[in-house]
Amino acid sequence: MLSAKLFNVTTIFYMLSMLAFFGFLASRNKIAGTAGSALAWLGFAIQTVAIGFRWKESYDIGMGHAPMSNLYESVVFFAWSIVLIFGIIDIKYRYRVIGAFVMPFALLGMAWAQMYLPADINPLMPALQSNWLLYHVITCFLGYAAFAVACGVSGMYLIKSRSEEKNTEAAGGMMSHFPPTRVLDDLNYKAIMVGFPLLTLGIITGAAWANYAWGTYWSWDPKETWSLIVWFIYAAFLHARFTKGWVGKRAAWLSIIGFMATIFCYLGVNLLLSGLHSYGSLN
Amino acid sequence: MGTNQRGIMQQVWDFFCSLKLTLFLLITLAITSIIGTIIPQYPNIDERYWATISTARRAFYDKLGFFDMYHSWWFLALLAIFSINLIACSIKRLPHVFTFIREPAVTISETQQKIFMCKDFKLQGSIDESRDKLAAFIESSFAKPVITQAGNQYHLFAQKNPWCRLGVYVVHASILVIMAGTIIGNIWGYKGFVAIVEGETINTVKSRNDKDIPLGFEVRCDQFTVTFYDSPGGGPQMPKEFKSILTLTEQGKEIPGYKHARVIVNEPLTYKGITFYQSSYGQANNPTTFYFTIRDRENGKLEQIALRPGAHTRLPDGRLAAIVDLTDNPGEGLAAVVGIKDQEPEPKFFKVYKNRPELDELRGDKLIFVFTGTDAKLYTGLQVNKDPGVWVVWIGCIMMCVGLCIAFFISHKRVWIVVQHGYARMYGNASKNQPGFTIAFDALADEFNRQNI
Ligand code: HEM
Repeated sequence: MLSAKLFNVTTIFYMLSMLAFFGFLASRNKIAGTAGSALAWLGFAIQTVAIGFRWKESYDIGMGHAPMSNLYESVVFFAWSIVLIFGIIDIKYRYRVIGAFVMPFALLGMAWAQMYLPADINPLMPALQSNWLLYHVITCFLGYAAFAVACGVSGMYLIKSRSEEKNTEAAGGMMSHFPPTRVLDDLNYKAIMVGFPLLTLGIITGAAWANYAWGTYWSWDPKETWSLIVWFIYAAFLHARFTKGWVGKRAAWLSIIGFMATIFCYLGVNLLLSGLHSYGSLN
Repeated sequence: MGTNQRGIMQQVWDFFCSLKLTLFLLITLAITSIIGTIIPQYPNIDERYWATISTARRAFYDKLGFFDMYHSWWFLALLAIFSINLIACSIKRLPHVFTFIREPAVTISETQQKIFMCKDFKLQGSIDESRDKLAAFIESSFAKPVITQAGNQYHLFAQKNPWCRLGVYVVHASILVIMAGTIIGNIWGYKGFVAIVEGETINTVKSRNDKDIPLGFEVRCDQFTVTFYDSPGGGPQMPKEFKSILTLTEQGKEIPGYKHARVIVNEPLTYKGITFYQSSYGQANNPTTFYFTIRDRENGKLEQIALRPGAHTRLPDGRLAAIVDLTDNPGEGLAAVVGIKDQEPEPKFFKVYKNRPELDELRGDKLIFVFTGTDAKLYTGLQVNKDPGVWVVWIGCIMMCVGLCIAFFISHKRVWIVVQHGYARMYGNASKNQPGFTIAFDALADEFNRQNI
């Protein structure tokens, strides 16, 4: 299938983009940074086309549905969302180094999906045949992606603030490429400000869908509960900014914990706990 | 009230107004919620689970309500404190916010002058002339200003979107609205279940605790069908659609629009606030007759036959056939096990899958069997809900989304111009998106310079 080949090409582009960003980090060569962004955008364009093809291919074999219904498709879409959110931040703020901390997430997703996950297009079971599936998946994953970016930025914050504290940094060293801690803290907050409403919408569309399919908008199943846990953590993050001492490092840690909970909500619940979500367990 | 008593009241009030409590609650709710995702929850507890834990542990969990954690007294208490915290904070802050919006600081204070961004300008005309020109300028390029005299200065103040400060409170109120919606649903609604055999009519459903709930109208199941995806590779069949055709009547009279109404998964049917969801299905009775179409491999002649358990039926070629069993393995679908007796003493058994003519061809027999069905009736299992609170919940959800967008993406922008003789200083501040505002502020300053005031 054409889409599968294009996904492979996408993976290669994300890998090259990441390497370019690493090169940029190490060499401080502006061209490497620009190349990193350009490669990310190219990969993104190819992936967009590939998702479109996969959608069409599902219709060709008579099971037409949006390509977001099993683990493979969702991981691919997650990678796509991460690059999209990163791209927007890249255009808006032009702090290229962020790519070195965010592209690895996208690459990891694509590589895992391409190498280990079954890529078959499966027919949709009746419970999943709903437009809410589309709205639910898109909002959730864009939210998760924003949290991934926030997590990457928080990692940068912690590294930068540590080197500032120890004062080990030679002028013009690698750290001088990192945006100032103030900016990183602000970017962390901004990314969560984008992710939080999206996650909220994701939870709401999920509830609306459950209400259509089963007649209960909330049943405390593990997936739902974990999404609420993630929501609580980021709500805590937002409120923590109003009480003293919860900016900077603590906010960065809270953001990292939030993203770990997000990943658990997305993968851990399915792989480790049982639930009624579509992609179920790996086998 | 003694001072001591007032002191305590004040302390309680401060406790419920504190943001530290909010943080504590959010984090505690997040952590405790994990319990119910690890320990199985009533009513979905598999009987086998009990054998895996000791009785002491079971008693301990029981005492803490861990098997129905999200309805345990302590979890509900956390939620109650959470809402009190929310209400107390709003009562404390909202009046200030309203004052802030209605009576803005039209002169800029010393502290604000130190922290807000600013730009300096030289003025040419008299102070009164400049003031009026500046007022016209700021009105045309930002918002209509309020002019206040302070000593030998004039303060011009203009603002945009002050109301967006209320966004946060819309979010907070929405949480209370959603909680109210769920409470309404719990008090005045119910969740029930009913199984209706094809052709039969019901007028009550069973509640969760096994009580009969009268619907106030009747529901007949006209038909139930399952369709499957074609599986070209001959692999397991995936169900594509579960469909009930229902007819609703009120005291025997048909209700317009509810004759042969369709219910499928994700498309429930609602009448008078009661909603029917397709949830399960099954066979209502053992079949007494099995229907097959038989095709002669050589001449292609088709013939319908019916087999009955316990009886032999003669096939067109003279052999005897009998029905032995009916299987319905997951992934395989319905199949009949048929035995055919020829010359040999032992009959030959084979499986015929329902509606899969291509499979029996592979058997190589000169008669190709297609299993078309039985006379057994199916029942449809419907989840039946009444939830008068669900609309309140959706209104709360919409409020939350709108409130979040206001709180995060709309910015309260303020500009002050302090005018003195021959000299002006412009200050600016925004509640959100400072970088964006800085650009706008610089553009405003450039515009100012071009005006030649
Ligand atoms: C016990 C519950 C809560 C209390 C007492 C509380 C209180 C507060 C307070 C005092 C503020 C600061 C308002 C200001 O002056 O700007 C605030 C901000 C906010 N709250 Fe809450 N809150 C609670 C729960 C929640 C929850 C569950 C959410 C989830 C949606 C939430 C969403 C927000 C948002 C989005 C902001 C604005 C934050 C920002 O602008 O960065 N709150 N809250």
